[in-house]
Amino acid sequence: MRRLEVLVCSGTACLSSGSEAVKRALLEAISAHGIADEVRIVETGCMGPCELGPVMLVYPEGTFYVKVKPEDAEEIVVEHFLKGRPVQRLLWAEGAPAPREIPFFARQKKVVLANCGIIDPEEIEEYIAAGGYAALGKALTEMSPDEVIEEIKRSGLRGRGGAGFPTGVKWELVRKAPGSEKYVICNADEGDPGAFMDRAILEGDPHAVLEGMAIAAYAVGAKRGYIYVRAEYPLAIQRLKRAISQAREYGLLGDDIFESGFSFDVELRMGAGAFVCGEETALIASIEGRRGEPRPRPPYPAQSGLWGKPTLINNVETFANVRHIILKGADWFSSLGTQTSKGTKVFALAGQVRNTGLVEVPMGITLRELIFEVGGGVPKGQKFKAVQIGGPSGGCLPEELLDVPVDYESLREHGAIMGSGGVIVLDDSACMVNVAKFFLQFTADESCGKCTPCRVGTQMMLEILNRITEGEGTEEDLARLEELAQLVKSASLCGLGQTAPNPVLSTLRYFRDEYLAHIRDKACPAGVCPALIHYEIDPELCRGCDACRRACPTGAIQGTPGKPPYTLDQSRCIRCGACLAACPFGAIARLPGRKE
Amino acid sequence: MEKLEIVRRFPRKRDQLLAILHELQRANPRNYLTGEDLRLVAEYLDLPLSAVHDAVTFYSMFSLVPRGKHIIRLCDSPPCHLAGAWSLLSALKEELGIDVGQTTEDGLFTLELTSCLGVCGVAPAMMIDDEVYGNLTPERLKEILARYREEG
Repeated sequence: MRRLEVLVCSGTACLSSGSEAVKRALLEAISAHGIADEVRIVETGCMGPCELGPVMLVYPEGTFYVKVKPEDAEEIVVEHFLKGRPVQRLLWAEGAPAPREIPFFARQKKVVLANCGIIDPEEIEEYIAAGGYAALGKALTEMSPDEVIEEIKRSGLRGRGGAGFPTGVKWELVRKAPGSEKYVICNADEGDPGAFMDRAILEGDPHAVLEGMAIAAYAVGAKRGYIYVRAEYPLAIQRLKRAISQAREYGLLGDDIFESGFSFDVELRMGAGAFVCGEETALIASIEGRRGEPRPRPPYPAQSGLWGKPTLINNVETFANVRHIILKGADWFSSLGTQTSKGTKVFALAGQVRNTGLVEVPMGITLRELIFEVGGGVPKGQKFKAVQIGGPSGGCLPEELLDVPVDYESLREHGAIMGSGGVIVLDDSACMVNVAKFFLQFTADESCGKCTPCRVGTQMMLEILNRITEGEGTEEDLARLEELAQLVKSASLCGLGQTAPNPVLSTLRYFRDEYLAHIRDKACPAGVCPALIHYEIDPELCRGCDACRRACPTGAIQGTPGKPPYTLDQSRCIRCGACLAACPFGAIARLPGRKE
Repeated sequence: MEKLEIVRRFPRKRDQLLAILHELQRANPRNYLTGEDLRLVAEYLDLPLSAVHDAVTFYSMFSLVPRGKHIIRLCDSPPCHLAGAWSLLSALKEELGIDVGQTTEDGLFTLELTSCLGVCGVAPAMMIDDEVYGNLTPERLKEILARYREEG
């Protein structure tokens, strides 16, 4: 008799921490103890707390284990599975609370991620058992395409890829566009640094995306669909391929689905490493087998998209929302969230936050709740400084703005954007000028080069930022930076260039002092920019152990073993920090400012 | 001929271009596309050679020069950067004795940087071929490379 279900997370992050070996060890241990038919081991998609991986969840009681190693399998099987005593040292929280009682999960509202981490994404039966494809059935047999569109419009769902365009309106535009040949595209070219919600959905619940696409195709009148996935996501590609072939086998893709007369099939297309392909017109060019360069809009893809035909293009998370709206209704969906931003949003928490990983929260939650309650705040001993939200198109918000609600309008008003949902938490060890430079470096690298404002403008901005971090900046540079930023924003061809200056503008707005410290005082307050820091040896703490002198690559440190204090020659120091890392007594300090 | 067989598995439609190029590159033990590959694809899809070349040079994952058997892609996105990817880069360079974009003398590894791999929860991270490795430290790096060296 089956009495336990063991869900082992098999998302990319947990796999990279060794969850596959854990699963094998568990399988071996349960057969060795003769309970193989009592315990079912299921590989699932992402459960959320990636940093604690490999993670696993044991039902029916819902015991959450973290950082499990293959060596732990024997103990888990003997103590927990046989004797009913959870292994305390591997629990996330003391007393083995159910997941919903752990703060990380308590504030979350899982709609899109409801199946993620619960079902086996490689088995279509599990998806169907969890209510999968019921929404497609309902749409095809009980609703007209116009009714489907009306329901999506009423729900208030907006695009989750970044811009937040009302999804139902987009569907209606494609439906009304003249032409009998139309396409549906799923944009799975997730590329924002720090964003991984689409990867997790594709890996953990691929059928939800296929179902959303099929419903959309029915609504707009398309027969063919494409999913464009970036090549950096091999596991997502593998699981999608399997999902597509299973759905075809079950007659959920293909001809005459649910005997409704509606036919729809999906093909997978793989990118090849170009961030700009996340932009819809560039993505379409890439599917067509050309350079992934954007083109001016209008015409929008809804009028003229793939091969010049009307094309609906939505993001992974947007499609994954659709089935819930069809099944539970627009009223239910719009009861979640705020006046203008309905439903939930999946965020990827990264950077200096205790619980990094994937979370889903209702729209309108404040940044403070998201970072401190769900994310657990910054790790001990560090201080929150800023949150970078919205990726390279987004902005950095300071502590004073932590009570801003997370919705499309509020974030934009303060100089950030919802974007795809990447949230990078920065503590006081981060230099905001350097962070801005880093994001701009990214967009400058990824600029496709087609239009001049983006290609040249981002480079020029980058040169100014380089000058400032080298200590060669002037205050006029800041004005020039702002002027260039406005120019790049207004004159660039596509979203990449139009949003590229945002990280610079938001840091200039909220952290101008730091820019000025780099310019006026020639000091990097966070101690990050090598040209604007110096090291000092504290004569009181130095014991003369010689470790720093041996570590120094330029011979800048002088001294005799056993005869403290050692001295540091600033003119020879290249500020590499090797001495700081080598000193066992904490006698070396990194300080802001130059010292000749 | 083997390459022709690979190409023939795909429909003769332009939207198959990237997929065919991926497969040809994968089939090459040195992980790159030769001039002959490009001509073959151009002929098969009835495209000018310049159109194929144009696409190949646009995407960072395609290479026109021989690379190592294994491609190491270290993530250099901000979350990995904050978690210390740069010290890993120096460790990788030192361990392999090459710079970014170069291939080791034994032809085993090519070192590249990549944009976000989407495993920020286990930053810093890298990919070797299709395998993702997270929570990297210089020690773990050495272990991983040693395993690949053993397998050859």
